[in-house]
Amino acid sequence: MFPTPIEKRSRAAQITYQSLVPLALIMWLLPLIAVALFSIRPGVDFSNGNYWGVPSSFELFTNYGKVFFESDMPRYLWNSVLITVPTVIGAVALSCMTGFALGIYRFRGNLLIFFMFIAGNFVPFQILMVPVRDLTVDAGLYDTKLGLVLFHVAFQTGFCTLFMRNFIRALPYELIEAARVEGVKEWRIFWYIVLPLMKPAIAALSVLIFTFIWNDYFWAVVLTQGPDAQPVTAGITSFNSQFVAQYHLMSAGSIVAALPPVLMFFLMQRHFIAGLTLGAVK
Amino acid sequence: MTIATDPETQGWFQRNRMIITPLLFLLPGVAFFAVYVISPIFQSFYISTFEWNGLGSLSEQGEFVGMQNYSELMADRNFEVSLWNNVKWLALYLLAIPGGLFIALFLNQTIRGIRVYKSLFFFPFVISQVVVGLVFSWFYLPNVGLLNVVLGWFGTEVNILGNPDLATYGIIAAGLWPQTAYCMILYLTGLNAVDPEQIEAARLDGARGRHMLWHVILPQLRPATFIAFVVTIIGALRSFDLISVMTNGGPFGSTRVLSFYMFEKALSEYGFRMGYGSAIAVILFLIMLIFIGYFLWSMWRDERDARR
Repeated sequence: MFPTPIEKRSRAAQITYQSLVPLALIMWLLPLIAVALFSIRPGVDFSNGNYWGVPSSFELFTNYGKVFFESDMPRYLWNSVLITVPTVIGAVALSCMTGFALGIYRFRGNLLIFFMFIAGNFVPFQILMVPVRDLTVDAGLYDTKLGLVLFHVAFQTGFCTLFMRNFIRALPYELIEAARVEGVKEWRIFWYIVLPLMKPAIAALSVLIFTFIWNDYFWAVVLTQGPDAQPVTAGITSFNSQFVAQYHLMSAGSIVAALPPVLMFFLMQRHFIAGLTLGAVK
Repeated sequence: MTIATDPETQGWFQRNRMIITPLLFLLPGVAFFAVYVISPIFQSFYISTFEWNGLGSLSEQGEFVGMQNYSELMADRNFEVSLWNNVKWLALYLLAIPGGLFIALFLNQTIRGIRVYKSLFFFPFVISQVVVGLVFSWFYLPNVGLLNVVLGWFGTEVNILGNPDLATYGIIAAGLWPQTAYCMILYLTGLNAVDPEQIEAARLDGARGRHMLWHVILPQLRPATFIAFVVTIIGALRSFDLISVMTNGGPFGSTRVLSFYMFEKALSEYGFRMGYGSAIAVILFLIMLIFIGYFLWSMWRDERDARR
């Protein structure tokens, strides 16, 4: 292991390290801790200039209650769910198929199509913006969740295909050959042999895409407006203009908006990191 | 490949199944991708030769102006500022890679609770950039923000986002926070897979500390470094959310980057110049294409070596 395990160092070094790690963590998360502290203060503290002193009262429930009951926040959150979940399902389903086709079969253009997906996935959003917006407006899908979902599914298919194809490529190929010798039909190979083996990849990818889409801001601004369809990342800006300079509410709102992917991460940590670091080791 | 029965007696589909099956499986994904990603790229090139306000159809309302948008760009002072800021983003964002490596080395131990520490160090990456931007703009607030409270103890103060010379660096610092976390997790995974025997052998040869890192560890971390490089470059050129939330391009347009300037030109209150915006997007795309070309080339090399 590198660096040298701390257990092999002196007792003093061990104690130093053990106290250094939490200290470093607090430094690292300081901006976030500050926001969390803001969100439990009463509003009067800010008008009295008491930003960092002892809170004059503890208002966690009042502040978060206001976010949930006196603003459009719940609508934006629900919109985010309705955009994110179908996108995850769509992109994962499409890429299971493309990944299977590109990972298992050898045909001319295989690598070309694969590289097209990878290249498209790296493209800057702005080069797509005007035509995609146009397409969405023409289809009557501007300012609808469906319009956003369709685009996200299409774009994420690029990354998901890269992921799935490489995952399928690493599966034992003999399994598929054996099935073919037995005369198993191709689509049954996909459904009964490959798909069950892809479960870990599907889990990892779902968590990742959930986070990516939940956190999307650019496309939300380009393709939607107003609380009917906008997800929470875009909604937070109108939330903030509703509560200008009321830091206790703005910070509570931000924390609520950020929370779902954070929960997803902590609950599905293993899958999340497996997905994110695929390819980081050979 | 084995075909059990005589090809003559099989149907056309059965004979060609090794071509037809992958095509059918690819069709929905490729169709979606072609409509929403591939063809818009070419459309943007086309639109960039028009003066068009986005209303009505391009062929009726748009006016063909050839390369005029591009020649206008060359003289556009704001474009120059944006381009320079993109260079700053690219250069400084790469600090996330050594930063992530440093934290990964720091945390690659096995004390009690280290797994929790690792995930807490990582979790800025999971938060949306919009919230990161808000968090940092409050952190930077003059007088009352935590940064200035701490600086106040030393008798100084700085209004980062209000100063045209500093604002971009302030935003990049905010962007480095989640990006460093991302690089850290890549390196932690990479360090996990480093061959312990090689380390032991190098230790016996007297390698330690920096030498060990440079000659033994880093070469084994190359795949992690490559991915960290790819995601950091892409992240730097995609920067939009943070700028939009933290300064909205200001003060005095000093924090614009190409992606933001394009949006401003094409969609915000500054006008609906779709053609001009597309021309900016094309330039950004061409810059990105250099990197995409390099990434694809490296991947293609690996692919060729791994051909079975």
